[in-house]
Amino acid sequence: MKFSIVITGAPYSSQASASALQFSRSVLRLGHEIHRVFFYADGVHSGTALAAPPQDETNIPAEWTTLAQEHQLDLVVCIAAAVRRGILDEGEARRYEKSGHNLAPDFTLSGLGQLVEAGIVSDRVVTFGA
Amino acid sequence: MSDTKKSFLIINRKAPYGSSAARDALDVALTISVFEQPLSLLYMDDAVWQLLPDHQAGAIGQKNLSANLAMLEMYDIDQLYVCRQALNQRGIRPSDIKLNITLLDSQGIAALIKQQDQVLSF
Repeated sequence: MKFSIVITGAPYSSQASASALQFSRSVLRLGHEIHRVFFYADGVHSGTALAAPPQDETNIPAEWTTLAQEHQLDLVVCIAAAVRRGILDEGEARRYEKSGHNLAPDFTLSGLGQLVEAGIVSDRVVTFGA
Repeated sequence: MSDTKKSFLIINRKAPYGSSAARDALDVALTISVFEQPLSLLYMDDAVWQLLPDHQAGAIGQKNLSANLAMLEMYDIDQLYVCRQALNQRGIRPSDIKLNITLLDSQGIAALIKQQDQVLSF
């Protein structure tokens, strides 16, 4: 079965992203496919490269990057939600004349169309909210 | 645009202000509409407050959500469902809502959800 995952809760304040990681690993372990993981609203904070949690806690953005590299996942961060919250890739940092960019490896910024397209082509869309 | 059609249901549960949920849900609704997919919106819990007219959002430094709600009609999004119990609990009369809505009890809500290919919750 083809899944897509939507995450709207912020990492560390809500369990959304951590639960979505566990769910995604289970989906893949059981032989299903993940078409896309879409980070929306406060979920965009899972896409920061600058998170520095204590060593005995999960580094959620790094875990997503690892999972994406292992399974060629499409990690898409909603661009409108991201730039408001200061999650920028190199291009957006240049556009808004910001001093740095912080989008983590293997994440891309794109529009809400990517969420809808995921809904159209996937058998199941599972939302992890705040 | 894909030729495939999937029916989408957006479930709204949050108050119009206090979190970005209402605005986020409307942005997704308009995008689904651009993709020409069948779409229904369901309002439950505190989300029924979103449907009242005459918000004064400027007083708390927020943009008025009513303008976005008015966009629904422009985009031909007319399948608006409202939880009857949520209205009753909050003392809101259906006539207070100036949009064309369908009231549902919990059985009706279950049936609505069951009909959908995709359900997104905000």
